[in-house]
Amino acid sequence: MLAAAGVRKQFGALAALGGVDLDVGPGDAIGIVGPNGAGKTTLLNVLAGTMAPSGGTVSFRGADVTRSSAARRARLGIARAHQVPRPFGAMTVFENCLVGATAGGGLRRRAAYARCLEVLELCGLIELADRRADSLGLLGRKRLELARALATDPVVLLLDEIGAGLTDAEAAELVAMLKALRGEQGLAVVWIEHIVHVLVQVVTRLVCMDAGRVISDGEPAAVMRDARVVDAYLGTAAA
Amino acid sequence: MNEPGTKIQRWTPVSSSFTSGFGLLIVALAFVPVVMGASIVQDLTTLLILVLMAVMWNALAGYGGLVSVGQQAYIGLGAYATVWFALQGVNPYWGMVLATVFCALVSVPLSFIVLRFRGAQFAIGTWVVAEAIGIYVSFDNQLGAGTGTSLSQLDSYASTTREHITYWLTLGMTAFFVLLVFALLRSRLGASLQAIRDDEEAAASVGVSVLGGKRILFILASAGCGAAGAMTVANILFIEPTSIFSVNYSAFMIFMVLVGGLGTFEGPIIGAIILYFIQKQFGNDGTWYLIGLGSSAIVFALLFPRGLWGMLEERTGLRFMPVGYRVKRSASPHEAGP
Ligand SMILES: Nc1ncnc2c1ncn2[C@@H]1O[C@H](COP(=O)(O)OP(=O)(O)O)[C@@H](O)[C@H]1O
Ligand SMILES: [Mg+2]
Repeated sequence: MLAAAGVRKQFGALAALGGVDLDVGPGDAIGIVGPNGAGKTTLLNVLAGTMAPSGGTVSFRGADVTRSSAARRARLGIARAHQVPRPFGAMTVFENCLVGATAGGGLRRRAAYARCLEVLELCGLIELADRRADSLGLLGRKRLELARALATDPVVLLLDEIGAGLTDAEAAELVAMLKALRGEQGLAVVWIEHIVHVLVQVVTRLVCMDAGRVISDGEPAAVMRDARVVDAYLGTAAA
Repeated sequence: MNEPGTKIQRWTPVSSSFTSGFGLLIVALAFVPVVMGASIVQDLTTLLILVLMAVMWNALAGYGGLVSVGQQAYIGLGAYATVWFALQGVNPYWGMVLATVFCALVSVPLSFIVLRFRGAQFAIGTWVVAEAIGIYVSFDNQLGAGTGTSLSQLDSYASTTREHITYWLTLGMTAFFVLLVFALLRSRLGASLQAIRDDEEAAASVGVSVLGGKRILFILASAGCGAAGAMTVANILFIEPTSIFSVNYSAFMIFMVLVGGLGTFEGPIIGAIILYFIQKQFGNDGTWYLIGLGSSAIVFALLFPRGLWGMLEERTGLRFMPVGYRVKRSASPHEAGP
C-alpha cells in the first residue's frame, strides 16, 4: 500500500539511504530498529514527503507519490509524528489538532471538532485542550504530536521514537493506545523505536536498518536473533 | 468517545464585548467629521492609514512568515494608479477603489516570482521588485516622471468635503481590510495560517498547503497596501516616486508590528497608535529618527518577541478577538444541564 522501492538519499558524500525497499500493507504494524545514524528518520522523511529521495520511488495505493508534497501525502492519508516534537507553539492543543483535522482530514466544523475531541481523549490530552502548545512538557508534546497526526484521519501512521523517554507506565499506556487504534480503525503503523520490548507488543513485523540499508526484515523474534542484527548492535566484535 | 457536555466555544464574554466595542468604535469613528475639526479628521486619516499598513504587514510576516521590505511597491502603485485612473476621467474616489483592485491583480503574477524565495532572499526580492516599479514609474512622463504629480482632480471638491470623503473612505478601507483579516483568521483557513506562522514544515506535514496560504496573504497584503497608497495620495495630494516608493514605509510597518506584537491580531493596531504619536512628536524624517525607530524595534523584538500585545496575552491568558477555539467541558458527567 505504502511502498518504497530502491530509495536512496545522499547528503553530500554520505549515503544516508543506500537503496531501501519497504512495503507497508493495509493494517500492517511494522517496527524499525537500528543504531543511531542508520537512516531511520531519513526513511520516514522520504515516505512522508518531507525530503525528496536522490533515487528510487515511493508509491501509495498504487500511485507514484515520489514527487508529491508532504501536504498532499498528508491529505492522502500518510500521517507522521516527528522525533523532536514540532507543535504549533502559539496555538492551543485543540487548535493544533484542528489544523490536522481540517487541512489533512478535510473535515469541517462539527465533524472536525468531534474528531479532535476524540483524538485528544484518546491521547490523554483532553484536560489540556486549551493550553498553549508551547507550555507543554516533553511528554505532552509527544502526545500532541501523535494526536495531531491522528486528527488527519490517516491510513498509515509513521511514528519516530515517540516512546523515547517515557516511564514504563507511560509506555504501557502508549502500547494500549496504539493497539486500540489498530483494532478499531485498521490503521497501518510504521514505528521507529529503540525500546524493542515495547515495540514488539504492538508490531508484527520488525525491520532492522544499519548504515542506510535494511539488514533484516521479518517476524520480530527471528529478526532479533539474526546475526547481522546482533552485529549491528554490538559492533563487529562477533565477526 | 467524547462526553456529551463538551462544546467548542468561539466567543467568550470578554471577546464578545471586546468585538462589539470594536464595532462600536468603527461606528463612532464614522461620526468624527460631523463633530470634530479639520485637524483631527486629518490626523485620524493618517492614523487609519498606519493601522491599515501595520495590519497588512502583520498578515504577511506574522502569519505567512513572509518578511517583506517591499510593501512600498503597492503603496506607490496604489497611489500612482489612482492618479492614472483620474487622468482617464474616472472619479478620483472610484479610482482609489480601482487602484486597490489593480494592486491585487498585479500581485498575482508577482507572487509566482517572489514566493519562490524564502527568508532573507524573499525580503531582498520584494525590495528589488519595489525599486524596479519605482524606477519604471519615474520614467513615465504622463505620471510626472521623477518630479511627481498631484491628484488635481480633487481640487473640484471644497476642501472640507474632500477631507471628509477621504476620511470616510480611509475608515471604510481600513475597517474592510481589518475585518477581512479577522474573517480569514476565524475561517477554516485561519487555523492553517496560524500553523504556517508557528512551523511551516510541521504545517505541511499535517496537510496544510503552505504555498497556497502564503499566496492568499500576499495578495491580501498587496491589495491592502495599495489601498493605503491610494489613501495616502488623497490625504497628501502630491506624490513623487522616491518618497512614495520609499523603503521607509516598510521600516514603519516593521516597527509597528514588532512593537505591537507580530502574529497577533490586535498588536499591529497598538503599534500603529504608538508610531503615530512618535511621528507627531518627532516628525517623520531624518536619519536619527529612523535609527531611533529601528533600534527600538530591535530592542523590542529581543525583549518581547511577541510584542506588547503578545506579552499581555501571555500574562493574562485573555484573548480579545475571538479567532481561536475554547473547549468547554461540563465539569462532571453528573452535573446535567446546558
Ligand atoms: N538534513 C541532513 N543533512 C545532512 N545529513 C543528514 C541530514 N539528516 C540526516 N543526516 C545524516 O544521515 C544519517 C542518517 O540519519 P537519520 O536518518 O537521522 O538516522 P537515525 O534516525 O536512524 O538515527 C546520519 O549520519 C545523519 O547525520
Ligand atoms: Mg532518528
